[in-house]
Amino acid sequence: MGFFTILQSGGLLSTVQDKGRFGFMASGFSPAGAMDLPAMECANLLVGQSSDVPVLEMTMTGVHLQTDCDCVIALTGADFAAKINDAPVQVYRALRLRAGDVLRCGAAVRGVRGYLAAAGGFAIEPVMGSCSTSVKFSLGGFEGRKLKAGDRLALRCPQLPVSRLDDRVLPVPAHLDKTRPAQNEHEVRAVLGPQNDRFSQSGIDTFLGSWYFVTTSSDRMGIKLDGAKIESKSGYDIISDGIVPGSVQVPASGRPIVMMADCQTTGGYTKIATVLSSDLHLLAQAKAGDWVRFAAVTSDEAARIARRHSAKSRRLEYAYLRV
Amino acid sequence: MDEPRFLAVGDGALCVEFGDKIDPRINAEVGALFRALCGKPIRGVRECVPTFRSLTVLFDPAVLTARRLEQKIQKRLATAQNTRDAAKRVFVIPVCYAPVFGEDMPQVSAHTGLAPDEIIKRHCGTDYLIYMLGFLPGFAYLGGLDPALHTPRLQNPRTKIPAGAVGIGGEQTGIYPIASPGGWQLIGRTPVRPYDPARIPPILFAAGDYIRFRAIDEAEYTRLELLQSQGETIWEVRNGFLHDFAIGRLAQHGAG
Repeated sequence: MGFFTILQSGGLLSTVQDKGRFGFMASGFSPAGAMDLPAMECANLLVGQSSDVPVLEMTMTGVHLQTDCDCVIALTGADFAAKINDAPVQVYRALRLRAGDVLRCGAAVRGVRGYLAAAGGFAIEPVMGSCSTSVKFSLGGFEGRKLKAGDRLALRCPQLPVSRLDDRVLPVPAHLDKTRPAQNEHEVRAVLGPQNDRFSQSGIDTFLGSWYFVTTSSDRMGIKLDGAKIESKSGYDIISDGIVPGSVQVPASGRPIVMMADCQTTGGYTKIATVLSSDLHLLAQAKAGDWVRFAAVTSDEAARIARRHSAKSRRLEYAYLRV
Repeated sequence: MDEPRFLAVGDGALCVEFGDKIDPRINAEVGALFRALCGKPIRGVRECVPTFRSLTVLFDPAVLTARRLEQKIQKRLATAQNTRDAAKRVFVIPVCYAPVFGEDMPQVSAHTGLAPDEIIKRHCGTDYLIYMLGFLPGFAYLGGLDPALHTPRLQNPRTKIPAGAVGIGGEQTGIYPIASPGGWQLIGRTPVRPYDPARIPPILFAAGDYIRFRAIDEAEYTRLELLQSQGETIWEVRNGFLHDFAIGRLAQHGAG
């Protein structure tokens, strides 16, 4: 129905993402998909569509774009101090754009990754069942790459009349709320294993008792942490086996790396623990220099937490799509 | 065979570990469970990642718990144990070993003390077991390279290796499915694309399949490349049964 044209700035790493490409991990494909899934889902619900419609994920700095049609958008996740035609706008709120309007996203003032959903969604053809961009494999999304100036993103027709989307708001999560003091400490829950038996008790204690800081080498593949060295009992290498988003690898440096959406599917480092899927979004928004601590939960607790988490997002989806 | 170990992988996955070494018999156990779960899926299982010696099973925690999944898999294992009659699928992949593609053939020849013709003969003389796929989309970890062909990786890896390049890296051999940096000694190139996102299926082979290389000349390479661009199948698939081959022979080479 219309186009968004990317103006001078495409942002540091702006890619089209949905919930991920599943069913191909056995062939070596990382699942990809939005790093902060709850934020991505909120963006879609705000513009009145199911939570898995592809959105734009922006990293550290956002896009500048102009629309050639009237439409409704929402910005969630990291706060890029966005403006529409020089007027500041809020995150976690449905926003009306008129033909010719210019949206400018700046640098993230809270968090790292922001999401832009447009009512109707972007007209992107799925590749292997998903619209997610895998930049490393030049696969999916917008030509398999990040957006740059001059790109034109086509929009589909909205699922709901845009007039019914006005004033839709969702609460801003505390760690992304710029009206609150910045949070630079994040506690994430994890289940020990699959290779926790390769570590000494003092290694496990170090892992669970220390604050680790997020290094600048963190990206969509993994959040690389630094801090106290985790002592191993029998070396840091294993015969390569499966990796999932959330796997906490400990290579020979003894410092943990939490694997994220673009993780390789197999690897040969010991994995001391696996972060709960419901807590990965906190790491997706952790800036370089932020502090992370791991709290162990049992498998049974993890299962309960996961069920509560998915029930909560289903309730939210139901509440926001039943107009 | 030892009882498999069930290892916790967070709230959405479970690892079934069949052993702690690279061994075609352990890998066959992994493959048997993988095929059993693909053939008759358990509700709530999203996908499985087979590797050398373990199967990581990803599930939807809203539908399934690791505990319930473990019970269900235990039941499946009881029926999946017998893998002797499983079909053996061999992909015959044409490879051109001409100097224009096999840039590192002189180094491999110098290291192994074998003439290029002998290297080609040996490289084409084995059905290589695909232990697992990983690293890159469609990158196959192959077992079975003739020990006489083992050659160390390049000291300075290349920044770009073209898709289809066939190389030797230490005790391994394989095909680069997409252009990527890499440190393997290049001995040839195949016009076959193990990975093509526009094709169904996008990835040609799966863990548990076999690859056999067939030497072709440059003219044949050009002809097959053209055929492939027209959507023709330029590889051959041979079907057999696992008990047709000697597991023992593979085991000798399999430790690479």
